[in-house]
Amino acid sequence: MAVQPRSRRETVRLLFLISPSLFWLIVFFLIPLLLVLAISFGQRGTYGGVRWDLTLENYTRFFDPLYLRIFGRTVVIALTTTVICLLVGYPLAYFIATRPPHWRNALLLLLMIPFWTNFLIRTYAWLLILRDQGVINTFWTDALHNFLAYVATVAPLPLWSPLLKATSVPLNLFGTDGAIIVGLVYGWLPDMVLPCYAAIERLDFSLVEAAQDLYANRVRSFLRVVLPLTMPGIVAGSVLVFIPSLGAYVTPDLLGGAKSIMMGNVIYSQFMSARDYPFGSAVSFVLMAVMLIGTLVYFRMGVE
Amino acid sequence: MSEYAVELKEVSKHFGLVVAVDGISLFIRDGEFFSLLGPSGCGKTTTLRLIAGFELLTAGEVYIGGRLQGETPPYRRPVNTVFQNYALFPHMSVFGNVAFGLEMQKVRKEEIRQRVLEALEMVRLPGIENRKPGQLSGGQQQRVALARALVNRPKVLLLDEPLGALDLKLRKAMQLELKALQHRVGITFIYVTHDQEEALTMSDRIAVMNRGCVLQVGTPEEIYERPADRFVADFIGETNFLEGEVKGRRAGEAAVVVDGVLTLHVPIERGVGMGDEVTVAIRPEKISIHAEPPDLRAVPGIVREVVYTGTDTRYLVRLTENTIVTVRQQNVGIGDAVQFPVDAQVHLHWQPESARILTA
Repeated sequence: MAVQPRSRRETVRLLFLISPSLFWLIVFFLIPLLLVLAISFGQRGTYGGVRWDLTLENYTRFFDPLYLRIFGRTVVIALTTTVICLLVGYPLAYFIATRPPHWRNALLLLLMIPFWTNFLIRTYAWLLILRDQGVINTFWTDALHNFLAYVATVAPLPLWSPLLKATSVPLNLFGTDGAIIVGLVYGWLPDMVLPCYAAIERLDFSLVEAAQDLYANRVRSFLRVVLPLTMPGIVAGSVLVFIPSLGAYVTPDLLGGAKSIMMGNVIYSQFMSARDYPFGSAVSFVLMAVMLIGTLVYFRMGVE
Repeated sequence: MSEYAVELKEVSKHFGLVVAVDGISLFIRDGEFFSLLGPSGCGKTTTLRLIAGFELLTAGEVYIGGRLQGETPPYRRPVNTVFQNYALFPHMSVFGNVAFGLEMQKVRKEEIRQRVLEALEMVRLPGIENRKPGQLSGGQQQRVALARALVNRPKVLLLDEPLGALDLKLRKAMQLELKALQHRVGITFIYVTHDQEEALTMSDRIAVMNRGCVLQVGTPEEIYERPADRFVADFIGETNFLEGEVKGRRAGEAAVVVDGVLTLHVPIERGVGMGDEVTVAIRPEKISIHAEPPDLRAVPGIVREVVYTGTDTRYLVRLTENTIVTVRQQNVGIGDAVQFPVDAQVHLHWQPESARILTA
């Protein structure tokens, strides 16, 4: 499209219109970001704070196996979360989008209701479900164990003893990567469902009929027509889930315990416990760069 | 092999409490251009979708090429559809769209290429196979949709108001082209339309539908000249309806008295008896208008309104207190368009067989 030369008055008017958002982004986003970037090249002062002897050491330190391992784990957890959200969220979005119109809003509302509760409280709820004395394990070690013990007295069979032994100790649910993934999937599922829903709802289903009319069975008409045409929703949903999962802090902090930590926790501890602002800033920047590159590559893939 | 390409036997389709198609039977011959004609909501599109397999029957049987279809899904039926909105895949090129059906049938690559190019040639759109549907005009999209269906060489082609979105001139051109194309490929066409002129122009036979029922099946001429009932007469073309009572019968004609003062002599129909309340239907173009009565059958009237429409002049002529008829005169000469001014005393005349008694 040809760009029309803009009159001076129009330029002034446009600047005026975007000035609130411009002001907001510069003062609360761009300047702090530049500060973090600057600090990432500084050094840690003896009593915390920043010494302005410029160095790249904070970035080289990131490649320590300790941090690389946490970083790798973080990427794997975020990717797994995204894939599970997609596998759960897309069919759900498809189901909602293919209901009669008056049902759709009600179902979307039902999807959103749990998210009116504070995120921290919802994550705590998972803690209560997953921990050793939690809902699942209480059932496992009390109800199920006692029931098996009773069955074993009524019908003594060798089969019961390994089961009795297994149910005598709680399942190792809390403090694992699995617990973090469960918490993240739960937390970000609507961010996957909504863009997928928007894409599927916009889909012209006469195209599906056309595909079936042209000898494509259900699977093939889905793969050749529905999937490619709803790809923008999948891409948007995946990015919306992947980015917060990669930077997650609260969920791994509460559900990962001491054993399972992610990059968000590393950054937090650098700022709050180790008081190493420069290294914390450098880690933040690496994480941001990964998100940016990952997102760009992914969007490019989605466009193809 | 059955002589019929498609047979519908006592076919019904209900959507909840709504009866969309109400026990219709149709026998569509091989190679025929068959139209389903009716106002919107008459069940014609639902009938088409039942043949394509997009809807399941509530009752009845559908046969395609002599084979009972039952719950056969659309992708296993030997029919293809041209959709009302074309339903071209927006993410595929024209080539991808036309090739889709062949790919699904696992046709060899070289053969696909050849047949797709042939199909595009056939709809007179060569050289656009790399474009996306969004870059095409409505008329071009229409042709691509046609090529996408015909490339599969189906037994039957189903067309759901395919010309509805085109402008009048293009639509007229496409009507003739579609008819010629159908003749060339010899495939049975089942064509859904609400445009009576379109149906008359293109069809070998027409089924007129209303409220889920088939009212009449026949050639365009049969439907136009001998409509089965008042709905068909009214829907196809323009008709004057005169309500009256049968007061006498003689030599194959009935004397119908309209408003107690005007007597019309109309060929009698079976089942019409003395004293029956009937409707007499006469097409406006079958009536001629005169200053003096040409014979004893002529009916006197007064011109109420004159409308000049270019090819024709239409006169609204009052015959009795409550009866006004439309008369259409073709403007053959120049300068004689309006021969009778408003309030002129005139006489109307028509051939006796042009008027028909409708019982329903």
